[in-house]
Amino acid sequence: MAAYTYLDHAATTPMRPQAVAAMLPFLSERFANPSGSHRFAREARRAIDEARDVVAGVIGCRPGEVVFTGSGTEADNTAVLGSVARRGGTSLCSATEHHAVLECVHSLGGHVVGVDATGAVDLGALAVALDATVDVTVVSVMAVNNEVGTINDLAAVRKVVRRHAPRALLHTDAVQAASWLDLRAITPHVDFLSLSAHKFGGPKGVGLLVAREGASFAPTLIGGGQEAERRSGTHNVGGIVAMAEALRLTDATRTADIERIAVLRDRLVDGLVARVPGVHETVARDRKVAGSAHLCIEGIENEALLFMLDEASVCASAAAACAAGAMEPSHVLAAMGVSRDLALGAVRFSLGVTTTEADAERGIDVVAEAVQRLRRVRVTS
Amino acid sequence: MKVLMALSGGVDSSVAAAELISDGHEVVGITMRLWGGESDTGCCSIADVDDARRVAQQLDIDHLVFNFTDDFNTHVVDPYVQAHRNGLTPNPCIECNRHLKFDRLSERADLLGFDAVATGHHARVVQHDGAWFVARGADPAKDQSYVVHMLPQRELARTLFPIGHMTKTQVREKATALGLRTAAKPDSQDVCFITDGGGRVAFLGSRIPFRSAQVVDAVDGSALGEVDALEMVTLGQRRGIGLAGGGPKRYVVGIDHASATVTVGDESLLLCDSIAVRNVVWAHQPVVGAMAVQCSAHGAAQSGHLAQAGDQIVVTWDSAQRRVAPGQSVVFYDASNTYVLGGGIAV
Repeated sequence: MAAYTYLDHAATTPMRPQAVAAMLPFLSERFANPSGSHRFAREARRAIDEARDVVAGVIGCRPGEVVFTGSGTEADNTAVLGSVARRGGTSLCSATEHHAVLECVHSLGGHVVGVDATGAVDLGALAVALDATVDVTVVSVMAVNNEVGTINDLAAVRKVVRRHAPRALLHTDAVQAASWLDLRAITPHVDFLSLSAHKFGGPKGVGLLVAREGASFAPTLIGGGQEAERRSGTHNVGGIVAMAEALRLTDATRTADIERIAVLRDRLVDGLVARVPGVHETVARDRKVAGSAHLCIEGIENEALLFMLDEASVCASAAAACAAGAMEPSHVLAAMGVSRDLALGAVRFSLGVTTTEADAERGIDVVAEAVQRLRRVRVTS
Repeated sequence: MKVLMALSGGVDSSVAAAELISDGHEVVGITMRLWGGESDTGCCSIADVDDARRVAQQLDIDHLVFNFTDDFNTHVVDPYVQAHRNGLTPNPCIECNRHLKFDRLSERADLLGFDAVATGHHARVVQHDGAWFVARGADPAKDQSYVVHMLPQRELARTLFPIGHMTKTQVREKATALGLRTAAKPDSQDVCFITDGGGRVAFLGSRIPFRSAQVVDAVDGSALGEVDALEMVTLGQRRGIGLAGGGPKRYVVGIDHASATVTVGDESLLLCDSIAVRNVVWAHQPVVGAMAVQCSAHGAAQSGHLAQAGDQIVVTWDSAQRRVAPGQSVVFYDASNTYVLGGGIAV
């Protein structure tokens, strides 16, 4: 990683060294399958039990409400598809949700609710949509937007849902929230909550779904009946242990991290705005998380910019990391009303725990130069 | 001793395990998987097995789960359903103790080289006059000697009730002091295979046909109403028997299956001078004479006189007592109301 200027933490984060250390024994001598009955298996079982207690403590839920999954996407799918499969009815989500939620709602023929110019769900539009929809089973509103970093007020969302669709369950994709928000303040307002380990210093291939008491769902994976019949499949013991350690550390250092990262983010953005005309910070700082530096840059195409950043070993992205590489503007920016032209110059820089001053400085230099070169070329061609 | 500790996931068995460990025994925690269906009563659900396992981890003892669902269905659930079909009021927890905990489980314990089986029941095993007996637990409000009354000498000789000398308050205090995760867990109140959600009606309704029955007055035979399910009615019942509110308190004083009739009347009609008890088992030897007799899990024992009547026991009450619903257990204590001498099923 020393070779890269990594400004793509929203895509994935480096693992915390303690999480790596916690995981290694389970990749080597402690390899038992926790579902077994012998004492070797029981040791592995115990590791999972303790990991469950740890994550439940950080999230503010009961251990029995935690379902370990293989990813945040799986958790999202389970909450949305699973709750409708169990209860029937319809689904709703905001227009800026991650595809792991949006695709589910589309596949169910559900409804999408508009957002305001910052990307936060429009509470008035949500109320209208809930009133107009019969038998709403699940409403999904993300805690933090993965592209532009906007924070949703889930307490306010819950109030609207309770008033206009009291029987509906509320799911939040909190995949981008763990590093930036105290999950304990979110959990009381929701029925389902999704997390993904690799977004907060844990490994890829493991996540979790919080399903609070009363939030029933048909399982996505059936088979051996692990996770109390809610998610079959042999546990990713090392991944689960590492996820718990990463979440524990993230929670422990969050306040100090945020303070430091916000300063670096502000320097990066202010530095670019000062050096390059036509650079717009997409969302105001008081509406988004500390590490988010999403910019809309006039007069350039983001694919071209990313190519040049890549040549300089600067890592960033345009639109969500898993969006296809087409020249379509992101659905998030479209929902926010950002013009197509401006959206074509959208770039997401995202900072994290390991970001340094040098990263911010280099980011400013490389981006400024690349933008200037692209604009020069454009003008002369 | 090497002790098999039956862990239910509740606070009593958790503390019982801790007591055995501090007494220096080698303890292995076993949870029996008994009911394979839905459970929300705090006993035997997956969440309860989790609690048992975590407590075992906290106490640093091994924990295993034995699958006894077949035996449970055969000896507890099926008879429960049949009993209702036949107009009896069974006590499945007693049959579970009789056939599972102190038969199947103790048989498995023998096979695996254990010296004793322990449970978290509020009861005691004592030696008296050269034999073993179940004695009441230290906490009169929680005493469970009634539900373990059936243990013969063979079982009593190797059964331990580690918390029998403690009150419930002391059990919870001990659990808290040890930091056991079950310290504040509520006691399971009901039958483990009947959910709070559906109740007996949902469980039985899907297994036996319900017949509706006429409700008539005991004195003049006049029709008073109807019940949807004769099979759900119990002798002595006051509520849920289709009577209009107000008026004098009326109790079910008779149930006739042939004519599908439920007779209701004044409480005095429930009183009787004696009851007959079948399928009697004795802790040590058959006994007759003056005894304290308890007819429900939390009822007070009443004084009576036992006499043999063929292969049944007849209990003649010192003062008139309510009749006992057929199928309920009747337990005989010595005259000082301390030791269980035996028990059987009300006819």
